[in-house]
Amino acid sequence: MNFPLTAAAIALMALMPASHAATLQESGDPLGSARWADMQKTFLGGQPVLFDPRVKVTAPSIAEDPLQVPVTVDASGLPKVQEVIVFADFNPIVEVLRFYPEGARSSLGFRVKLQQSTPVRAAVRTADGIWHIGGTWVNTVGGGCTAPSAASGSPAWQSRLNEITGRQWSEGPNAGRLRLRIVHPMDTGLIAGTPAFHIEEIQFSEPDGRPLMRVKIAEPVAENPVFTLQRDSGGGAIAVEGRDNNGNRFKAEIAP
Amino acid sequence: MKRYLLTLFLAVFVVLLSLPGEAADFDYHLQAQPVADGVYTFIGRSEDFNTVNGGNIVNTAFIVAPQGVIVIDSGPSLRYGQQMRAAIAAISPLPPALVINTHHHPDHFLGNQAYAELPIAALAGTLKGIAADGNAFAENLYRMSGDWMKGTEVIAPTRVLVAGPLDVAGRRLRLISLDGHTGADLAVYDEASGVLFAGDLTFNGRAPTTPHADIGHWLAALDQIEAITREAGFRALVPGHGAVTRDAAPIRRTRAWLTWLQATLREAARAGLEMNEVLARPLPAEFADLPVAASEYRRSVGHLFPAVEAAELGASGSVKQ
Repeated sequence: MNFPLTAAAIALMALMPASHAATLQESGDPLGSARWADMQKTFLGGQPVLFDPRVKVTAPSIAEDPLQVPVTVDASGLPKVQEVIVFADFNPIVEVLRFYPEGARSSLGFRVKLQQSTPVRAAVRTADGIWHIGGTWVNTVGGGCTAPSAASGSPAWQSRLNEITGRQWSEGPNAGRLRLRIVHPMDTGLIAGTPAFHIEEIQFSEPDGRPLMRVKIAEPVAENPVFTLQRDSGGGAIAVEGRDNNGNRFKAEIAP
Repeated sequence: MKRYLLTLFLAVFVVLLSLPGEAADFDYHLQAQPVADGVYTFIGRSEDFNTVNGGNIVNTAFIVAPQGVIVIDSGPSLRYGQQMRAAIAAISPLPPALVINTHHHPDHFLGNQAYAELPIAALAGTLKGIAADGNAFAENLYRMSGDWMKGTEVIAPTRVLVAGPLDVAGRRLRLISLDGHTGADLAVYDEASGVLFAGDLTFNGRAPTTPHADIGHWLAALDQIEAITREAGFRALVPGHGAVTRDAAPIRRTRAWLTWLQATLREAARAGLEMNEVLARPLPAEFADLPVAASEYRRSVGHLFPAVEAAELGASGSVKQ
């Protein structure tokens, strides 16, 4: 396993600025998490791995609200990104989401619920089969996954379930950006008497049907999820289609 | 992981023990500062809670009335409440008659235990807030202030206050029922001395905190208490945090911060920033030297941005569903 990796690492280093190359690592979790070996086994099962500073995971080092911890994953410095898995080593539900940047830039912003202090990581698979890993520690007082959703305290959300609001930005520094918010309790199933109820999948597409990004979503994504995507160039209305784990479907178009 | 955490805690503990300035005697060194005839405050530090200040980051106050002492806010811990009560006794032989909690944040009511046999009074919303959040607040302060909190338990107010005049121990107070910093914020105006106790509606020389804030309501509340500072009898304003003033400066400073914060969050949402980008924005020069401004800004983004963002995304009208 080590041989092809080393070759890959050397090839990569040749292409990178010296400061980045110095931090490329094949082994030895830079975040020093006792769970890394388990994470590797669970998500990356024996495939080549490279800790790579080009996988930028941004999150606050101290989470003010463990129910709404903002995470931004940006792997746009890597070529031919196939799949991105986001996970949090010490969360009771480890996997947060996966995304497949089919036509969009390989970056995604969202918010997560965290139960305790944990690394939040992105594993990015490039076309050559290598997993590039980036991440950051988030410290939190916790309780994010076993606190009831706000929705569970009031029935008002039911009439607005899967309601989408959002906007595209076609000018200025954030041109090409899409942001949307979906009304959903995103219940984790970890609270007695409240079964898991969460959005499972969203497909974003260009007006002509070309896929832009597919996102597979797990329980830790925060209530009333907000997603931030980036297209390299502006275009027409973006189609959004998805469903939750109870089979509720939603569909919307977000005009530029 | 458990073992790792334990080791980490032990390491932190050892480091803290060896810190110079760590008060092993848990003495807050409370010094009553005279504000007006018979009116005193204990001024806390312009810091966040930590194991050195023991949570003494808050202002509490008392009024020596003809028939007893009126206590306004009781501090962050049992020890604080006890030491405050002893410091009051050193100034007046009169017994305390009433404790008022201005709002439901822990640094303002966790000293109630030291006055448990007295009537403790607050707005109805404050009682509700303490019932709902009191224990979680106390746990949080145990975590942040450490052993200073030893023995502290939540004692909720027993008496509901409403807006209007309140005669207590031979003194007439004017109670102003407001909200915005929390769901229920009480300002107390002592007619005899002209001292306005504004609670955490005003922060002086420290960035305001916003975990339960509604900025629009807060700004409206500031306008109301500013009117009191224009009354002929007004002499001094005691903010919830920071120095006492003879004018409305803490109101103006708090308003300046809140107005900037609200505008900044709205503008960020309108520009399409996501939360990590909002967190990364630098503070304007105006607030660069304000104590705890950077950390309070980050906390406020966490508290307030999701709602501002939801409003902005909802207002775009570009979604067909």
